[in-house]
Amino acid sequence: MDIHEYQAKDILSSYGVKIAEGGLAYSPEDAVQRAREIGGHIWAVKAQIHSGARGKAGGIKICKTHDEVAAAADLLLGKRLVTHQTGAAGKVCGRLYVEAGTEIEKELYFCFLVDRSSERIVMVGSAQGGMEIEELAITNPNAITKIYIEPAVGLQDYQAREMAFALGLNAEILSHAVKTIKGCYRALRALDVSMLEINPLVVTKSGELVALDAKMGFDDNALFRQQKISELRDKTQEDPREMAAADRGLSYVGLDGDIGCMINGAGLAMATMDMIKLAGGEPANFLDVGGGASAERTEKAFRLVLADKNVKAMLVNIFAGINRCDWIAEGVVHAVRKIDMNIPLIVRLSGTNVEEGRKIIAESGLPIITAETLAEAAEKAVKARNEAVAKES
Amino acid sequence: MAILINETTRIVVQGFTGKIGTFHAQDMINYGTKVVGGITPGKGGQSHLGLPVFNTVKEAVQQAGAEASIIFVPPAFAADSIMEAADAGIKYCVAITDGIPTQDMMTVKNFLRRFPKDKRMILTGPNCAGTISPGRAMLGIMPGHIYQQGNVGIVGRSGTLGYEAADQMKRLGIGVSTSVGIGGDPINGSSHRDILEKFEQDPETKVVMMIGEIGGPQEVEAGLFAKEHMTKPLVAYIAGLTAPEGRRMGHAGAIISSAGESAAEKVAILKELGVTICPTPAAMGTTVAEVLAKL
Repeated sequence: MDIHEYQAKDILSSYGVKIAEGGLAYSPEDAVQRAREIGGHIWAVKAQIHSGARGKAGGIKICKTHDEVAAAADLLLGKRLVTHQTGAAGKVCGRLYVEAGTEIEKELYFCFLVDRSSERIVMVGSAQGGMEIEELAITNPNAITKIYIEPAVGLQDYQAREMAFALGLNAEILSHAVKTIKGCYRALRALDVSMLEINPLVVTKSGELVALDAKMGFDDNALFRQQKISELRDKTQEDPREMAAADRGLSYVGLDGDIGCMINGAGLAMATMDMIKLAGGEPANFLDVGGGASAERTEKAFRLVLADKNVKAMLVNIFAGINRCDWIAEGVVHAVRKIDMNIPLIVRLSGTNVEEGRKIIAESGLPIITAETLAEAAEKAVKARNEAVAKES
Repeated sequence: MAILINETTRIVVQGFTGKIGTFHAQDMINYGTKVVGGITPGKGGQSHLGLPVFNTVKEAVQQAGAEASIIFVPPAFAADSIMEAADAGIKYCVAITDGIPTQDMMTVKNFLRRFPKDKRMILTGPNCAGTISPGRAMLGIMPGHIYQQGNVGIVGRSGTLGYEAADQMKRLGIGVSTSVGIGGDPINGSSHRDILEKFEQDPETKVVMMIGEIGGPQEVEAGLFAKEHMTKPLVAYIAGLTAPEGRRMGHAGAIISSAGESAAEKVAILKELGVTICPTPAAMGTTVAEVLAKL
């Protein structure tokens, strides 16, 4: 789960990380009021969306008067911002963070993440901040310092100092840097953070170390013990279909193609989508219905796939292990009858009780196209999709 | 031979008396697996499915000679159960549980590393379908009947895609020595590489089929190991050709978050390392058959 910049800053601030003074705004009037409260002569009006690279997308405005603050707020609120992280659909800005302007001496990059290879938390930093780390990793990998943290003892002071020196920080702010770095680590461990990025971390002209941006992602598997973090969820930033799926215990990812999919198991789902692609089609979604695909669950999954109006054909691929093909077949027949589908449906069943399952489909009298193998299922789905498109035009 | 489990392995079930534990324990027993009891704290001394229930894993090891365990404990308590098994002297543990927090798994891995290698429990999973040595023992939730006994080792992240591979092989008359699910989580007990090492040492296994997916470094690490240390051919399929970057595809670990983690990149690297790649997921059986024919 992701949270907004202002929420991340609020958390980090409570762990001793210095942030610029700021406040939340839902309207231009709010924004001006925040600017007044903060005081000074320069403010940053920042769109709060779940994505990095907001600056490039025009989501951050530097303002020198209250009128400019109002105008920036008016422009950004309700605006759909598109970054390389949001995908083409972009994300709508529903709230703003108004922050005191900061006089920057130096921009740094700093983050913590889970390293899957060493199975440890790794701290990553670079004195060349401001740009994206993926870019820097290609253009100048030597400018990146990585420090791995032993989970049993946690982050040690010498490691924080090592990072501070790698970031090019001088002796005057060393102790503050150590406090900042250790504060971030404590937040990470206490709150089941899976990713924490401060880009940029800046040294101000007055010699302070300030988190100018902050991005935090949390381990979904740990939210059961992070009640306060769960409450920070902003559903407006999430894909409504994916959210509806998650609420029904299904795993769904919307894609740009037009062949809808319903499969049991994440690996088989990915493989089936690969097969569609190799057969010349494009999958409309990833959908794992999980192990116990009951009739009720199957119907919900069908509704979810068909809610995507791009879908021209639907492929069901189930390998029944602990559940049985006859149960699945009954669920599919039930769903098709109830929903009144008007696009071609291809069903491939395999595994436990496959003969009984096929019989139920065949005897249903419904125009369901059946397939025996994975390859055949994908080919038939692509063919049905092509015929449906040809009929339309 | 086979790896990890066989017909003599004495198995206990952690989370024995729960609904899921009961269902799968019965299924494992029906398959012919030597289940010798189970653990449910507070129900020690009772009998369940005609087998003894113990309060602790230690008691199960001492009193029933347990060597391997399978975990059906809910995610919040699963890491604790894994560490209990390791401390009690269990040699091999399968964690079926899906949804264990990443930090808990880091703690588990760190805990396991404290044991000297000859006393260290082997863990596979979490978030997996388990391990089966066809015709001998089943320590998992898979449909046992789709596996034919034979000499191909299977290691994979996914449950149902592993079934698909075993099914394709069975249709071609190809059997399996052992099939091991390593699970879909970002931090898991054993990697592809760890399991390849076991298959390389198993005289019965002639060819290994690795079923990988997007995300993480493990498929490439396995490819490097195969190139340096394996005499047996390795066949691989990597799922997720159509997966977009930065999106989690069902499994907690199936996400492309850095360079080299996409299916196309992994396939290119594995090819370079001399691994035989299945051109499509429908060709897992036929690709293995071709490799077997060349032996």
